[in-house]
Amino acid sequence: MKKNIPFLAIEGRSSSYYSLLALLGAFILASLGAFYYMEHHGHYVTGMSNQIVWGIPHVFAVFLIVAASGILNVASISSAFNKKAYKPLARLSALAAIALLAGGLMILVLDLGRPERLVIAMTYYNLKSIFAWNMLLYNGFFAIVIIYLWTMMQRNLGKYTRIAGTAAFLWRLALTTGTGSIFGFIVARQGYDAAIMAPMFVIMSFSFGLAIYILILMASYNWTDRPLGDAIFNRLKNLLGVFVAAVLYFVTVYHLTNLYEAQHHDFEMFILKDGGIYTQLFWVGQIIIGGIIPLIIFYTPSLAKSRGLVGFGALLVIIGGLIQVYGIIIGGQAFPMTIFPGKEVIETTFADGAIATYIPTLAETLLGLGGFAVALFLIAFCVKIMDFLPASLADKDVDPHYKAS
Amino acid sequence: MTQPVNTKETTTDLYRRQFLGKTAAAAGFALAPGMLLTEIAHAKPADEAVSDKNRWGLLINTNKCGSGCTACVTACQTENGWGELNHSEEHSRASQKAVWIRKVKLKDKQTGHVQSLPLMCQHCEHPPCVDVCPTGASFKRKDGIVLVDKHICIGCRYCMMACPYKARSFIHEALQNQKVHSPRGKGTVESCTMCVHRVDNDGTPACVEACNAEGHQAMYFGDLKDSNSAISKELAKNGGQQIRADLDLNTGVRYQGL
Amino acid sequence: MLSRKTIISTLAGVFVLLPMIAQASDLLPTVPKAKAKANPETLCIRDVKVMRKNHMNFIMHKRDETMRKGIRTKKDSLAECISCHISKDKSGNYASFGDDKHFCSSCHNHVAVKIDCFDCHNDKPTAASKTGSTLK
Repeated sequence: MKKNIPFLAIEGRSSSYYSLLALLGAFILASLGAFYYMEHHGHYVTGMSNQIVWGIPHVFAVFLIVAASGILNVASISSAFNKKAYKPLARLSALAAIALLAGGLMILVLDLGRPERLVIAMTYYNLKSIFAWNMLLYNGFFAIVIIYLWTMMQRNLGKYTRIAGTAAFLWRLALTTGTGSIFGFIVARQGYDAAIMAPMFVIMSFSFGLAIYILILMASYNWTDRPLGDAIFNRLKNLLGVFVAAVLYFVTVYHLTNLYEAQHHDFEMFILKDGGIYTQLFWVGQIIIGGIIPLIIFYTPSLAKSRGLVGFGALLVIIGGLIQVYGIIIGGQAFPMTIFPGKEVIETTFADGAIATYIPTLAETLLGLGGFAVALFLIAFCVKIMDFLPASLADKDVDPHYKAS
Repeated sequence: MTQPVNTKETTTDLYRRQFLGKTAAAAGFALAPGMLLTEIAHAKPADEAVSDKNRWGLLINTNKCGSGCTACVTACQTENGWGELNHSEEHSRASQKAVWIRKVKLKDKQTGHVQSLPLMCQHCEHPPCVDVCPTGASFKRKDGIVLVDKHICIGCRYCMMACPYKARSFIHEALQNQKVHSPRGKGTVESCTMCVHRVDNDGTPACVEACNAEGHQAMYFGDLKDSNSAISKELAKNGGQQIRADLDLNTGVRYQGL
Repeated sequence: MLSRKTIISTLAGVFVLLPMIAQASDLLPTVPKAKAKANPETLCIRDVKVMRKNHMNFIMHKRDETMRKGIRTKKDSLAECISCHISKDKSGNYASFGDDKHFCSSCHNHVAVKIDCFDCHNDKPTAASKTGSTLK
């Protein structure tokens, strides 16, 4: 039995480490500035309207929240499914889950019309609302993952790690199901009214979360000169490939189901064929950039050898994922919902029957990016003050029997 | 408005109630017994809570609704202080300005039949906006009127996502000079209130009043639970459909000739 | 939304300090007089001391009664507070909320307690709706 790999905080004294914190800090400040600007004037300074009520901040927020639960998967594989090779990766996974969720929620809260009333949302719950359920799920997620981390990081609590890890895993499934249901339960809108939304969000979370995890792992091991062997790296890369393919499968089923139902035909034509920017985003952004190119990179042996290319593939998964969430949130609202089936609206003062336009403003985008910055800042800061990262992920330490293929 | 505040409401209302009771009883003898029931059902003392004995509703006859007539919209704007007339929301783009009620002209894809109708909050019995609201700000009164409690609305706009009629608007900027009976402000969501401040005082919504004044008589307002009300009688006689009846929301606003 | 505790403790602090700084009366806010004495004995609809201490609770209670239950009586209605307590500013117009001459602001400015009532409610009396909107 090999010895456990020690965890060690990073030194974090180099100028490049501080530059990283400063850069992320600048993004956070910019997003707070954007928040102040939007809050001071009101939402008229954003691209949002009474037609597109959720804009780019929600795209970033939903992406981060979905990715947060997905990034916990790495830890779940080690604790709930007892895969030894993933043990060293678990702490960072749980930390990143908390950080990403915090980033996502920050965006969501700062985009509210009355953010100062958040306390109402935290003290009163309308239990029929999926939103209220989600708030309970988010708060519970923080609590459970922190306990889970605690059992991992305090020596004598190790025996509880499996229970805590399993609880966290089940909780995260509920959380992403809840996030997907925010959209899936909206019966009025042709783009959302589908129960498959919830499982699709779960599989999306696997993919987005792991892509972010791989990039964080690569960056932190590169910048701290710690070894990151092929044994663990290729495992993660192959797993990401499976998840990306699974997302493509779910997207296919979702659209096939819609194509089968006559009342959703118009929406499908909009997304797949005639929707202009939304059609382009779907085919080029979501399918090709976020799906097919990464799959080619991950599964072509000559390409997959290059760490840089695999990292680029993971980045494409993230970009494609953001585009996918954009398509779901913005595209779903831009498509005019059917208020009068069988009738054509020939005159209205409220854009009924017309495709809504949405152009994100700088402030909204900065607010969204700020969520990413908060998440990354938390991770960069925490790996310095506590022992989250294994000292080495070299092949000989992870799996002595590993042979390069 | 400058009169001193009356601190002895309980007594006043007691008198008022007794008075009303007596008049109604007298009227009951003089007129048809149905009138008696209607009068008592309508005259709610000011200090009494609304109840589920009533369900307020609207009925709109699209065949009588004047194509190009916007009297109901203008009346609503004047009454509740939104829209062009009130010089509020001057920063907001057209797509950001509040719309409580709008006129829509429809053409049937099969028959080519063209019709015109006003569209506003449908005051559903099972309102999706109430279901999704995390704080309970979006709520339905016992008498069926769906409202936003702006005191606790956090401006998340989930109700706007969920409403099948796009009946709700979000306020994108600070407002001034609101009507006293119709408070509205930045960062909260709002929609048709069925002129709840009038209804609570035995009044009729401004849109209905304007439609009648215009001579179209296309709109009825009344108690759907009172089988003797004009609206119930008209519904019983000539029927009335719901918009998106497939969603089973049992709307309080019904249409004829849809 | 203000926590009740904050308001109460702030106001309580002001009242405790009142006797000590009674001499320096220019430090105290000038609260505009009401237009009419709602009740000759209590001056306001309740005893002034009770109102100063508890007005927020009365208004909050009334708010929910009106909003949720449709009870539109005059007592504790914000519109009635405004119409009786409104005063004019220097140029003879109704004072706006935020102006020291506005009844609510005269005290709230002084104790720096932020309220959001007038984000939505009109801070001045306006002509009532023609039909049915007058309070009973």
